[in-house]
Amino acid sequence: MSVLVYVEQVEGKFKKSVFEAVSYAKAIADQTGTNLTAVSIGQVEQGQLEELGQYGASKVLNVEAGELKNFVNQAYAAVIAEAAQKESADIIVLSNSFSGKGLAPRIAVKLKAGLVDGAVELPKIDGGIFQVKKTAFSGKAFAVTELTSAVKVIALNPNAFGIKDAPVSVEVESFSPALQSKDLVAVIKEIVRATDKVTLPDAEIVVSGGRGLKGPENWGMVEELAGLLGAATACSKPVSDADWRPHSEHVGQTGIAISPNLYIAIGISGAIQHLAGVSSSKVIVVINKDPEAPFFKVADYGIVGDAFEVVPQLIEALKKHQA
Amino acid sequence: MKILVCISHVPDTTTKITFTNDNTQFNTAGVQYIVNPYDELALSKAIELCEGGKGTVTVVNVGDSSTDPTIRKALAIGADDAVRINAVPRDAYFTAFQIAEYAKTTDFDMILTGRESIDYNGAQVAAMVGEFLDIPSISIIKKLDFDGSSAVLEREIEGGKEVVNVSGKFVASCAEGVAEPKIPNMRGIMSARSKPLVVIEAAPIDEVAKIVQFETPPARGAVKLIPAEDAASLISLLHTEAKVI
Ligand SMILES: Cc1cc2nc3c(=O)[nH]c(=O)nc-3n(C[C@H](O)[C@H](O)[C@H](O)COP(=O)(O)OP(=O)(O)OC[C@H]3O[C@@H](n4cnc5c(N)ncnc54)[C@H](O)[C@@H]3O)c2cc1C
Repeated sequence: MSVLVYVEQVEGKFKKSVFEAVSYAKAIADQTGTNLTAVSIGQVEQGQLEELGQYGASKVLNVEAGELKNFVNQAYAAVIAEAAQKESADIIVLSNSFSGKGLAPRIAVKLKAGLVDGAVELPKIDGGIFQVKKTAFSGKAFAVTELTSAVKVIALNPNAFGIKDAPVSVEVESFSPALQSKDLVAVIKEIVRATDKVTLPDAEIVVSGGRGLKGPENWGMVEELAGLLGAATACSKPVSDADWRPHSEHVGQTGIAISPNLYIAIGISGAIQHLAGVSSSKVIVVINKDPEAPFFKVADYGIVGDAFEVVPQLIEALKKHQA
Repeated sequence: MKILVCISHVPDTTTKITFTNDNTQFNTAGVQYIVNPYDELALSKAIELCEGGKGTVTVVNVGDSSTDPTIRKALAIGADDAVRINAVPRDAYFTAFQIAEYAKTTDFDMILTGRESIDYNGAQVAAMVGEFLDIPSISIIKKLDFDGSSAVLEREIEGGKEVVNVSGKFVASCAEGVAEPKIPNMRGIMSARSKPLVVIEAAPIDEVAKIVQFETPPARGAVKLIPAEDAASLISLLHTEAKVI
């Protein structure tokens, strides 16, 4: 028995959501009285791998095969399943990232395991009963899922579990699983990634604009505010439908569901489909000129006013605050 | 060319989500059902690829007879025929297994699904079907070009996109950008009634997961309103009171 955590690297680095997954997996290892092993695939520097010990991983399996330089979910799932078998791991944890969503289900099928995607809390383990709470109905509810299989896979939502120091001595072991060509049929041709920006799903602060901003030319102040806060930018569906902003920024029931510490909604009415994807944000600020806008009902702080007057004031105040 | 599109039957997006039986069951009273919005994108893409006699689109649903109206809606949008695997879709593992078992009996080129269903948000079915069939699965695609034997897909990743090439059979889960959603026209609605909808029985598989309890998010306290002319004070409140900046 042990716990295995997959540590997804992006260009050789681990992101915050990976350390969250490691801390979460470590807490489960403590709950079940076993050790935590991490598995890393791709080229990651030794120092980065050793850093995982800081959060409780006592062993790191390091897979560096050239064919696995880029993420191919089929092959990665085979490697992780093999690592799980090698370590006799019965609980496998990973981040519910875009890649994680393509990976966790394949691992689950390989290991005949039940899968909880979008976990938001530690499991409740009581005798043979193993239950995990996850988001459902696009953030309108939670579902407690019981995993009845011997092996269990959990994909943890970003921003759901805090990173905790739990230093242990760590041993990095090179691992060379057998690769099969059938698992490498999908070939990555190109990767386009803006690394200078905070990405939306794991951002701690999100500044979001709606149709109230009138047009794409008015997003300068949204970006400036986001820049000062170290925030990601988002938008409502009609905004991305009109191509004012890219689809990847669309949040809500049919877009990305997020749960940042702070969500600032500017010129967004707060339709039920929009709220579905953002209402689990810890603090919500709404700026809208209509005092009857439904968004105010779920806001923590509200400013009834014209965004074109309010947002520049916020930017000024923030510059002063940071100076 | 033959494309299978997996259709999930979900509550309308305006549904107020409530539960019954001590919060163990979703309250279906008064709920309107729709084709899962992402599945509609997958279906629209499939129809687009098969236009002009280039192929046929079969929609596949795991559900009991209550999902038939949703399947007819998919046929009205333009699918050629439909298969319903007669079982309540217990969980993604069960659903994916049924779809894979059916797919094994057909000679398909690709299977398209939505990126996730808006009820249980599993985002699991596509990749599980891929694994059951031992073929590639590409999750959360925004673009798909197919030349009859190989496909170029754009997959969403944090802060960007990845371009993936696949030859041979594959599964892909569709997100916005893949296609414009098609709206059924009068002819589609009329012809949907007479298109074939075949019902087949589900295959047995062990249970691996089950939902035991639902919860609704705790209500938020009352909003604190800040006068517009004093907007700057929000920054200090966020710093000292909410402690988020
Ligand atoms: C199947 C389905 C799925 C959907 N999924 C989503 C989804 O995932 N995400 C999503 O966002 N929507 C979704 N929608 C759409 C949703 O119903 C709303 O139409 C949408 O959220 C409204 O966007 P908005 O708030 O930007 O625009 P509007 O509703 O037009 O609101 C604009 C707001 O801006 C305010 N405003 C105007 N001028 C100013 C100003 N100068 N200063 C301050 N405020 C101003 C107005 O008072 C108003 O409240 C979906 C709809 C359907 C049917």
